[in-house]
Amino acid sequence: MTDLIKHTAAQTAAAIAAGTVSAVEVAQAHLDRIDAVDKKVNAFLHVDTEGALAAARAVDAKRAKGEELGPLAGVPLALKDVFTTKGVPTTCGSKILEGWIPPYDATLTTRLKDAGVVILGKTNMDEFAMGSSTENSAYGTTGNPWDLSRIPGGSGGGSAAALAAYQAPLAIGTDTGGSIRQPGAVTGTVGVKPTYGSVSRYGLIAFSSSLDQGGPCARTVLDAALLHEAIAGHDPLDSTSIDAPVPAVVAAAKLRDVRGMRIGVVKEFAGEGYQAGVMQRFNESVELLRELGAEVVEVSCPSFTLALPAYYLIAPSEASSNLARFDAMRYGLRVGDDGSASAEQVTALTREAGFGPEVKRRIILGTYALSSGYYDAYYGSAQKVRTLISRDFDQAFADVDVLVSPTTPTTAFPIGERADDPMAMYLADLCTIPSNLAGNAAMSLPCGLAPEDNLPVGLQIIAPAMADDRLYRVGGAVEAALNDKWGHPLLEEAPAL
Amino acid sequence: MPGITREEVAHLARLSRLELQAEELDHFAEQLDVIIGAVARVSEVAGADVPPTSHPLPLTNVMRADEVRPSLTPEQALSGAPAAEEQRFRVPQILGED
Amino acid sequence: MNLVSYDDALASYDPVMGLEVHVELGTKTKMFCGCSTELGAEPNSQTCPTCLGLPGSLPVVNAIGVESAVRIGLALNCEIAEWCRFARKNYFYPDMPKNFQTSQYDEPIAFNGYLDVQLEDGETFRVEIERAHMEEDTGKSSHVGGATGRIHGATHSLLDYNRAGIPLIEIVTKPIEGAGRRAPEVAKAYVAELRELIKALGVSEARMDKGQMRCDVNLSLRPNGTETFGTRSETKNVNSLRSVERAARFEIQRHATVLGDGGTIVQETRHFHEEDGSTTAGRIKDNAEDYRYFPEPDLVPIAPAREWVEELRAELPELPRVRRARLQAEWGLSDLDMQSVLNAGAVELIEQTIAAGAPADQARKWWLGELARRSNETGIELAEQPITPAQVARVCALVAEGKLNDKLARQVIEGVLAGEGEPDEVVAARGLAVVSDDSALGAAVDQAIADNSAIADKIRDGKVAAVGALVGAVMKATRGQADAAKVKDLILEKLGAA
Ligand SMILES: [Mg+2]
Ligand SMILES: [Zn+2]
Repeated sequence: MTDLIKHTAAQTAAAIAAGTVSAVEVAQAHLDRIDAVDKKVNAFLHVDTEGALAAARAVDAKRAKGEELGPLAGVPLALKDVFTTKGVPTTCGSKILEGWIPPYDATLTTRLKDAGVVILGKTNMDEFAMGSSTENSAYGTTGNPWDLSRIPGGSGGGSAAALAAYQAPLAIGTDTGGSIRQPGAVTGTVGVKPTYGSVSRYGLIAFSSSLDQGGPCARTVLDAALLHEAIAGHDPLDSTSIDAPVPAVVAAAKLRDVRGMRIGVVKEFAGEGYQAGVMQRFNESVELLRELGAEVVEVSCPSFTLALPAYYLIAPSEASSNLARFDAMRYGLRVGDDGSASAEQVTALTREAGFGPEVKRRIILGTYALSSGYYDAYYGSAQKVRTLISRDFDQAFADVDVLVSPTTPTTAFPIGERADDPMAMYLADLCTIPSNLAGNAAMSLPCGLAPEDNLPVGLQIIAPAMADDRLYRVGGAVEAALNDKWGHPLLEEAPAL
Repeated sequence: MPGITREEVAHLARLSRLELQAEELDHFAEQLDVIIGAVARVSEVAGADVPPTSHPLPLTNVMRADEVRPSLTPEQALSGAPAAEEQRFRVPQILGED
Repeated sequence: MNLVSYDDALASYDPVMGLEVHVELGTKTKMFCGCSTELGAEPNSQTCPTCLGLPGSLPVVNAIGVESAVRIGLALNCEIAEWCRFARKNYFYPDMPKNFQTSQYDEPIAFNGYLDVQLEDGETFRVEIERAHMEEDTGKSSHVGGATGRIHGATHSLLDYNRAGIPLIEIVTKPIEGAGRRAPEVAKAYVAELRELIKALGVSEARMDKGQMRCDVNLSLRPNGTETFGTRSETKNVNSLRSVERAARFEIQRHATVLGDGGTIVQETRHFHEEDGSTTAGRIKDNAEDYRYFPEPDLVPIAPAREWVEELRAELPELPRVRRARLQAEWGLSDLDMQSVLNAGAVELIEQTIAAGAPADQARKWWLGELARRSNETGIELAEQPITPAQVARVCALVAEGKLNDKLARQVIEGVLAGEGEPDEVVAARGLAVVSDDSALGAAVDQAIADNSAIADKIRDGKVAAVGALVGAVMKATRGQADAAKVKDLILEKLGAA
């Protein structure tokens, strides 16, 4: 039973389709694992045992009837609590939504259900996806399975930790400034931010609408690709959804060949603040790509130095507006309704009690950046920076097929270390943010352990918009070569829980 | 770029409907001053002849046909309401216009 | 406050007006979701995640909403934006589910237009249009615990979001200058003309009584002979044509009174009161109001293709002003007569009656006479009366054929209105045909002469004027179903007085 939880999604799906194991057995094995370790990890906010077993039974029944199963039928998945699930609590990591049970499914949720994916439950996250450590959750922090005293990254720390702790072979994250890739990097798992607009945002509780993008998290590049194909594609309910075929990411993941590709190393992603062990593993990865037959060149993207400031104006601005709906009138928490307080007072008291400090900070920051007199200098300028960053990418991609960088400047830091130092915390997303601002695709995959702390290091690969397949081609090749070198996947080196 | 004062933070909190406590106000004012000091660098490009990008996609004219789709039932619509009455959302007195 | 008279106000000050009209479009679905817009549904039965502002929901633009906006813009002689966006207008209010209104800010879909309106004396006044933009309506709150559902003194409120998200087009004029003492009349004529235009375009029924069209009247005064605008007041939600005129008039007098006393006008919203035509102060517009507009990131820009805009322009219906002028000429009406047709709301009815074969004068006579009278008596609009233009045309035809006289025709119309069927059916059922059988008529005449021999003698003696009494007797005997002129001729002939 225990090795059921170590299987990849691809292996599990094949076994279920072949009938060597039932979907219910697979689901139960993962539910048991959650039961055994989640007290320590705290990856899940809600475990939907009944729903998961029912979904698994449906897959088994389908197979028994001889119906064809999809490529992920019966595979368990951990869903970030930012996506709505009909009839299943959805909190977004916030007190203000405690107990809210959505009357509708996100498009992504529907797609997963239609694919026969077994949703085990909802995972922990920084409140409203604001953070890089999952410490901003209203429901306690999540531990990094490599070292439970360290952060699992954020905002999707719960999803990444669930993978690394073998609670699920697949997970869903959302990436607004790095919330899929950075947790992937610090937990030794794979995370992909697809091209903006390729995965529907309908039912994704918005943090920053022009940056948010749902995406796959997995333990292998191929599994990520399988999940990518299951969730991506046009959705008429999302006006910003791209109406074009999804790039063939599964085929690309299986290619394992980078010969002839031109790969750019972003010059700006190095230097002060970058941990030596992170740079060492990154440089080794670059060398490996050369050995595998890619041509590697250095490229410069000078505007990237303005990406972090631009992001911390745009994302809070949009958030200040997106989060205005949490007003205690129609759903969620209501505080101070004593019969004499006005609606206005009740809204203010509820938001005060229901939002955590990081959310309040960003709401105020965003309100400031949009307010009359400051709009041009802050929000307006940030939008110009966005143009400059896109131009840098365009110029780079005119020369190379993909860009590479470390995913994060450092490995997982101890819980509490940056909790009340927002600027230090924001640095965790230094390398991931430009792709959100430009809307292109990016992946993080494990490239080794930093010698100084034996913690995972992530390699980031960035591709042009709608060229997500290149991520998988490069990622698949790197992963295969590294696993050969190590003799096993990196995650096997994680201490037992 | 100037920093941000405690009074400004208090005003912004009112605009965004946050009943901040006094200590919170002090703390936020301090932190936001640092953050704004750091992000104000973007204004270096304020005058530059660069068009703004508000959205990463070059899409236009995404519309739907004027066709009725199923609504929620009133029960579903009201299912999350902190209070309901006569199939409506019950809210505290609105201090608005008469 | 004792207001200065209207004349005194105008003696010192020059009014400048701005009119903001919100029109609820008659689309099947809301602006950003597929919920029905049908009126009268039970509370919160036409809501979905999007129009309730549930977490995670997203808007998708209604194509007919955009098309309607472009058509309104074209009809108002506006330029149509080549590229425009929605913006979020951020402010908290419980009737607004997202606590921002999805609207348009500095990039409206239509701008720089004008509307020519006709004043009562036939003079034309051009109202310049600043912009027409798309936005969404709010939910509806009812207030519980206070007096008569007012917000003031209420203990709590109840919200129904069926209306939330219904498409609105907001049409804003440029400052209306130079109307002088006719400013209130211009305001009323503008809103009336706009309503006709909206109806002609078929984009909304524009019923002000149902809130489908709502008007805000902004007004300021400046001393006569000066250029700088004064401080304005914004009178919100003035919901009938008459009220628009009264609100403008009241504000002119109120401003003049305040200014005349050396006071200053506060920039504020005001509420209009139907009962006495007054306004009272609402919210003060201070600097705290900061809507923090920014481009709506959940929607992509609208770029109306030029060819499409030209197609829509080519397909615009005949606009009300043009149409009115054409019909007046075709029907050969004086300005005064045309005005009464307009006032009665009878243009379409008369037009359709003529189209069904009736002569113009007959069609106008019935709709403005008998039927308008019925409409006034019953309080039911002319167009809602249970008789069709085709039926009226048939009655006209029966008269022209000599089968009915006016009195009988009235009875036929009465029968149709009473639900007795088509005009011919009423004629048959009530036996209303004119008696044209000469022998029957001859017998009736003979009988009348025999019954009134004294009068008959007078006529024989040349007192022809006395014939009326005998005609009356014959008409009575035939229960009005005879042609009176023919009866008279017959009597005179028989008495040798012809
Ligand atoms: Mg408006
Ligand atoms: Zn709706």
